[in-house]
Amino acid sequence: MSEIIEVQNVSKSYWRDSLEISVLHNISLKVNEGEFLALMGPSGSGKTTLLNLIAGIDRPTKGKLIVAGTDIAALGESALAKWRAASVGFVFQFYNLIPVLTAFENVELPLLLTKLSKAERRKHVEDTLEIVGLGDRIHHYPKQLSGGQEQRVAIARAIVTDPVLLVADEPTGDLDRASAEEILTLMERLNKEFKKTIMMVTHDPHAAQRARIIRHLEKGDLTEGVEYENIKANI
Amino acid sequence: MRILKLIYKNTLRHKLRSSLTILGIAIAVIAFGLLRTVVTAWSVGVEAAAADRLITRHSVSFIFPLPYSYKEKIERIPGVAEVSFSNWFGGVYKDKNNFFARMAVADNIFDAYPEYEVPKDQLDVYNKERNSCVVGKDIASKYNFKLGDIITMEGDIYPGQWDFVVRGIYQPKYKTTDGTQMFFHWEYLNERMTKEMPGRANDVGWYIIKIKDPSQSATISEKVDALFKNSTAETKTETERAFNQGFLASTGAIITAMNVMSFMIIGIIMLVLGNTMIMASRERTREYAVFKTLGFSGKHMIGLILGESMFIACLGSFAGLLLVFPIVGSFEKFIPKTFFPVFYIEPITLILAVSAALFIGIAASIFPIQRVLNTKIVEGFRFVG
Repeated sequence: MSEIIEVQNVSKSYWRDSLEISVLHNISLKVNEGEFLALMGPSGSGKTTLLNLIAGIDRPTKGKLIVAGTDIAALGESALAKWRAASVGFVFQFYNLIPVLTAFENVELPLLLTKLSKAERRKHVEDTLEIVGLGDRIHHYPKQLSGGQEQRVAIARAIVTDPVLLVADEPTGDLDRASAEEILTLMERLNKEFKKTIMMVTHDPHAAQRARIIRHLEKGDLTEGVEYENIKANI
Repeated sequence: MRILKLIYKNTLRHKLRSSLTILGIAIAVIAFGLLRTVVTAWSVGVEAAAADRLITRHSVSFIFPLPYSYKEKIERIPGVAEVSFSNWFGGVYKDKNNFFARMAVADNIFDAYPEYEVPKDQLDVYNKERNSCVVGKDIASKYNFKLGDIITMEGDIYPGQWDFVVRGIYQPKYKTTDGTQMFFHWEYLNERMTKEMPGRANDVGWYIIKIKDPSQSATISEKVDALFKNSTAETKTETERAFNQGFLASTGAIITAMNVMSFMIIGIIMLVLGNTMIMASRERTREYAVFKTLGFSGKHMIGLILGESMFIACLGSFAGLLLVFPIVGSFEKFIPKTFFPVFYIEPITLILAVSAALFIGIAASIFPIQRVLNTKIVEGFRFVG
C-alpha cells in the first residue's frame, strides 16, 4: 500500500505575547492509504494540532507535509483551500453544521465549489445521506436532529466530495455511548467498505479500538505505532 | 443560488435585530429625503432662476425703490432684449396669516416670466382692465379664487382698501415654478399713489432685464450700474440667480446645518448597520472557519458578508423610499403652501438616498470582512463568542 500521509520532521510552535509555546517537536509519521489511525494522548499533547496540520488548516513552523501526493506546507492560501476542498473531509467534535441550512444543504456545501450540476449535486447528497442512514432526514435542520444524527450529517458533508482522507477530531466526544457506537461503526464502514483513509483524534480508548493503528502523542512527541491487536491484549 | 439563499437565511437569523436595523435605515432614508427636500424647497428660487434675466435693484437694499424713469434708459443698453419691473405690494387679505406674494408689475411681466403661463384669452382681459389681477393656481385653489371674483386687500405699505378683479389664473410651467403669487398692474398702484401720496409715485421695486446673450450678463450689469452711478438712486445689477441667492444668504447657516444633518444621519445609520454586521460576524466566527475548512475562499467570505450587509441596506432603503413619498406629501399638506411654494422630492434626492444606502451597505461590511479574512481557521474554531 502507498503512503497517503508523510510527515517529515514537523515542528509547530505558537507565540503567546512574547512567549514561544512549542506544541509539536520534530514529528515524523507515515500513514498508508486505506488506513484507520487513531491518535491518542492527553489534553495539550498536540494531537489536534497535528491533525490540523495534516488537514491543511494550519501550517507547520518547520518540516515537510506531503498529503495525498502534495507538499501542502508549500501551498499558498488559495491553493491550499482548493486542495482541502478536493482531498480532505473533516469531522469535528461539535459537528459544526450551519444552523440555518437543512441537512441536505449542509451536505451540499462542499459540492458548491465543484462544477457539478444541480441534479448531480442532488444525487450525490441524497446518496451520501443514505450511506449515513439519514435519507429520511434530508430536510431537517440541525436543531431538529439528535447529536448522533448531526454528527452523521457532518460525516456526510465530509465524504460527499469523495476525498482521499477523512480526518476526525474527537468525533464521539460530544455523544452518548449509543450514538458514539453508531458513529464509530459508520467510520469503520467508511474505512472498510469505501476504502477511506481515516485519521481520528480521540481521548476515548473504546473509540480508538475501532482503529487499526493507534499512535500516542505525549507533550508534542510521537510514540511508536501499535497495532490494535497488541493494545487489546494489554487492556 | 445557494449562497444567495444562505445570505437571505443569515439575514433572517436574528429577525428582531435585522428588522430594527432595516427600520433604522428606512427612517434614515426618510429623514434624509425630507431634509434634502426642505433644503431644495428653500433654494428653489435659485434653481428656478433664468440665465437670461438680470435684476436691477437699489444699491443699498431692494426695499428702496428705483425711479420708473430708469426703464427707458436701461432699454437703450445694447444687448438688452426687454425690461420689465415689479413692486412688492404687501397688504392683508382678510387675515394677516393669509400670506402670499402680491406684486404690482409692468404689463410685460408675463413676457419676462414665460414660466407663468396665463391663457391668452385671460391675459387679454387682464391687460384691458386697470384693477385686474392674475393669481397663481395654488392660491386660487387655496382661497377658492375664480375668474371674476373681487379680492379686497387692506394695504399696509400702500395704505387704504384695494380691490382687484381676478381675470387670470396662471399655471406654473415647471415643477420649480412658484404658483402662489398674485400680480396686478403697476399702473393701478401708481395712479392712486400719484393722487394720494405723490412722493411715492413713479417708483418701482426692481427691474427685470431680459438679455439677448446670457454670456454678456456681467458686461450688461456693469453698464446698467454705470448708467446710474452718482445718481440719487444708484443701482446694483446681478443675475437673477445671484439676486435670489441674496435672499437665502441670511438663512445660509440653517441650510448648511440641514445639509450637514442629512449626511450625519447617513453616518449614524452606517454605524448601526456596521454594529449589526460586526455582531453577526462575531457570532458566526466558527461557521466562517467551517466554510474556510471546506475550501471556501476569501472571495466567498466577502460575498457572504457583503451580500448580507447590502441586502439589509437595500431592504431598508427600499422601505424608506416607499415611505418617503407619502410622508413628504403629508408634510407638504401640513406646511403653508406660501412658505414652501414648491415642495417635491427631487430625483437627485432619491439617487443620493439610494447611493447612500448602498454605500452604507459596503462600508458597514468592511470591518467584519477584514476580521473574518484575518482570522485563521484554527483561531476561528477556538473562538468563544
